Order: sequence, then C-alpha cells, then structure tokens
Amino acid sequence: MTKEIIQERLNQAFSGAALQWAEPWGMLECTIPADQNLAIATFLFQELGFQFLTDITGIHYPEQEGKELGIITHLHNLKDNIRLRLKAFVPVAAPDTHSLTSVFSGADWMERETYDFFGINFVGHHNLKRILNVDEMDYFPMRKEYQMEDPTRLDKDDEMFGR
Amino acid sequence: MVEKHIQLAENSVEKETTTINLGPTHPATHGIFQNIMEIDGERVIKTEMTVGYIHRAFEKIAERRPYSQITPLTDRLNYCSAPINNFGWHMTIEKLVGLEVPKRVDYLRVIIMELARIADHLVCNSVIGVDTGALTPFTYVFQWREKIYEIYEGICGSRLTTNIGRIGGFERNFTDDTWKKIHDFMEGFPAVLKEFETLLTRNRIFMDRCIGAGPISAERALNWSMTGPNLRAAGVDYDVRVHSPYSSYNEFDFKIPVGSAGDVYDRYLVRNGEMWESYRIIQQALDKLKGMDSSIFHADAPEFYLPEKADVYTKMEALIYHFKIVMGETDLPPGEVYHSVEGGNGELGYYLVSDGGRTPYRLHFRRPCFIYYQAFNEMVAGGLFSDAVVTLSSINVIAGELDA
Repeated sequence: MTKEIIQERLNQAFSGAALQWAEPWGMLECTIPADQNLAIATFLFQELGFQFLTDITGIHYPEQEGKELGIITHLHNLKDNIRLRLKAFVPVAAPDTHSLTSVFSGADWMERETYDFFGINFVGHHNLKRILNVDEMDYFPMRKEYQMEDPTRLDKDDEMFGR
Repeated sequence: MVEKHIQLAENSVEKETTTINLGPTHPATHGIFQNIMEIDGERVIKTEMTVGYIHRAFEKIAERRPYSQITPLTDRLNYCSAPINNFGWHMTIEKLVGLEVPKRVDYLRVIIMELARIADHLVCNSVIGVDTGALTPFTYVFQWREKIYEIYEGICGSRLTTNIGRIGGFERNFTDDTWKKIHDFMEGFPAVLKEFETLLTRNRIFMDRCIGAGPISAERALNWSMTGPNLRAAGVDYDVRVHSPYSSYNEFDFKIPVGSAGDVYDRYLVRNGEMWESYRIIQQALDKLKGMDSSIFHADAPEFYLPEKADVYTKMEALIYHFKIVMGETDLPPGEVYHSVEGGNGELGYYLVSDGGRTPYRLHFRRPCFIYYQAFNEMVAGGLFSDAVVTLSSINVIAGELDA
C-alpha cells in the first residue's frame, strides 16, 4: 500500500465526490464532501486498512463563506504506517456531518469535544452533548467570534502586539 | 452478563441496583473526574464518566500566545511527564519551520524524555500497588522520581511543570552537577527497579488483584483509539517512537514490550518492561554523546532561539532577535502540521494550523488519556467494583491531560 494507491482507489470509488489531494509536510491530505465522510471512512477502514482513528477536531474559518467550519480527521494505517488527514467543510448555518462512531468507537468523545467547542452536529452520534464545558453554555467557544479577552475592556487594548 | 439475584416485589420503590459516585474528589480517581457507577452488589453494570472539571481552555489560550509561551501550557497536560510534552511542542514548531537540530540536542532530548517516561511509569505502577494495598513500593520508588526531578531542576530550574528546553535545543548546557546526577541515577536505578519488581510482580496478593481485572482485547483497544502502554498491553506493538521516529529514535536499539490479555497486570508488566527499555535507551544515548562536541546544546536559529545575554548588550542583531522573541513578534510560516510523540501514556499529538501570524491559528492537542478513558466503561463492566478501582489506577489517567 502506498500513497498513490490510496489516492487512486479513493478517487475511483468516490469519483463523483471531487476529492482534492494535497501533501503538506509529508502527510497525505484529502478534502472530502462533509456528507460523504462516513462512507469514505468506512471504505478506508474496510478496503485500505485505515483502522486506527488518531483524532477528530474542528476548525473555524469565518471568512470562508458557506464553508466556515472544518472537521479534521486523522486516520492511521498501522500496517503500512501511512497517516491520512481528511478535511470536510460545512456551513456554519447548517453544520451537519455524519458521525464516525459506527466505525470507530473512539470517535465518541472526540466528536463530543468537537461539538462542544465548534457546534458541529454529528448526525448519528448516540450521545452528542457537551463534554468539557458546562451543559448550560449556549455558545461554541472555539469559534473565532469569541475572543479570549473581553473586547469591551479598554485597558487591555494591545493593538501593537495583539492578534 | 450479570445474573439477576435480587427479587423485588412489584411496584417496590427499591431498585435492584445501586448508583454510586466514584469521584469527582475521591482518592481512587487520582484526579478530578467523576464516575457514576451502577452496581449490583459487588458487580459493576455500567459506568458513566463525567470529565471537564479542570478544563482550562488551553486550545483557546494558545490562539493568542506566541509559540514560545505555549510551552508552559503543554506542561500542564500530562504533568507526570512534562518534558515529553515540552519537546513534542518544540519539535512541532521545528517541523513547521523546517529547523534541523544538532544530533547532540536530539540525544540530550532523548535522555530527558526517557527519564520522564521512567518517572511517569514509576508513579503509575507504584500507584497500582497503593490501590491494591501495598504502600511500601510507592514510597520507595518516589525517592527515585525525586532524583529525576532533581535532574530536571539542574537543567531548567523547575520540577513538575518543567518548561524545559527551547525551540531548537536547550536554554543552557547541562552542568557537570547535572551529568553527575544523571550518572548517579543510572548507577543506582537498576537495583531499585529490580527491587520494585521483587516487591510486586510475583506478589500473590498483587497478582490476584490484577490478573483478569479490567481487560480489553487488542481489537477493541484499537477501535477505541487507545495508544501507549494500554494498547501495547492488549498486544498491539504500536509505538510512535518506532512508527514515526522523531529526535533520532531510529538510531536506538530497543524493544517494544507487549502484553496479551490487556488487563491490569499486563499493563503493569508493559510499563515495567518499558522502564528497562528506557534505561537501555539512556545508556545508548550516553554512549553516543561520548566524543561529541560538548559545547553544542542548541541549533543555530537566531530567529527562534534566544541569544546570549552578553550578545544582547553588545550586538545589534542579537538585540533585535531578543526583542522579537521576547515580544513574540516572530511570524511562523503558514501551514498545517501534525506531529506526535510517544508520551508517558500514549500518542501525544499536536495539530498546528498557522496562518503566518505570530500565534497559531488553531492548535489542537491529541491527548491520549482523553481518548482512551472513554473505554473505561467497557473495561470494567461486568467486573467487581474493586477491579474498577485498580483499573482506574492502571490506565494512567491524568486529569490535566484529560481536560486540557
């Protein structure tokens, strides 16, 4: 199994999905449609040996209209020692994607954490509720509109060295 | 799984099972997290784990901090092996900017990382002893953890949350006193570990409490994304040091101890085996260091590595770089990297997205114990309640890492 075979097999099996490939810093990366993530993960699990889920996390790009929220999944083929990063983008207005819990049990808390911080809705997750933050919280704190410091404070203005 | 043995009258207000809380503050949890356990007599039926009691929003804080100020945040993840976290973060930055560090730095890092692994495993394994009723090994090996902390102290000045090293190397060279402490440790440690094993490994009470407690199969452990000694105890030889070598680990000759049953006893044995291997790695690193130029302890990377104080007062460039680094004004190249290291309890990953600014656009920590702790319910269901307590101490859950 090589990176080329993975690209070829995946392109073949999901020819309608317009997969985009990249390889930043030596890690194979594929941008996939968010509604096909479960099908692709299942295919990778069953056919290409990606049976280890390293991580699921989110990212927020407020300026990318219609693709504000990203779901980043790291998979690992332990047999051939190949890592693969899957990226899927969803609009912030309807942040729906499929849950991978039916393939990877370990996705459970990773998805709960991603939901907790980014509000990404993993359809099919059996217990999608907040995990690290309090249940009463009514916003998703890792989104970029929530600043670390209180933006109304004048004494904390650091336009010289702040982001 | 659990047979029904209590017969209650219809409409009884009594329940067949009892719900108890193990935690949030309970000696058996060794940290702040809650396990709501439904038990039937002595048997555990179901556990619901609640985490997040010490969540400190590190990922959000990191988005506002320059990279050098993120190292202290990583200390507070798995604080039993903080140097591994620090170096892991430094290596992530080095990977992003394409910085090559000298071989000597690699070996020095390996020595400290393996010492940290020994410290971490000493705590975890001796705590299994404490939870099974043997306090002596714990107090005994803690002396030796103390010696490791003194080595950290000689290098960076702090002990638990170390903030050790800098991007590109170390803040200062190891002193003769530190080398003496390392050599003293290497001399005395094998006898101690041997004695520790003599106290526990073939101890009848310890074996009876540990064998068969909290087992997990290799297949399930992989499916739960477990890593580290817990996965290896189940029989999968996945080790980041071998699969994705960093810091010249590919030059070292060491074995990956694996278990078969994935129970508490196997986890204990795997950790002990790893301590022996760590010891061997340190020996090899010390051998490799012989004959190397002992004045090298950092890479030549003026943009990232703080210059000598004497140079700051006398040289213009040093002053500029000093100012830029201290004020956090060095921009990172834009890009996305994932770097992982074998932490004390599993694959500790850093997913860093940089947009070219002075701080990360997004930084995510893959915390191994957050991920494998979710399998706790499966590991203890159907077993005795006392097994659940031992299981909890054997999987090395560190609250700081759990909640980030």
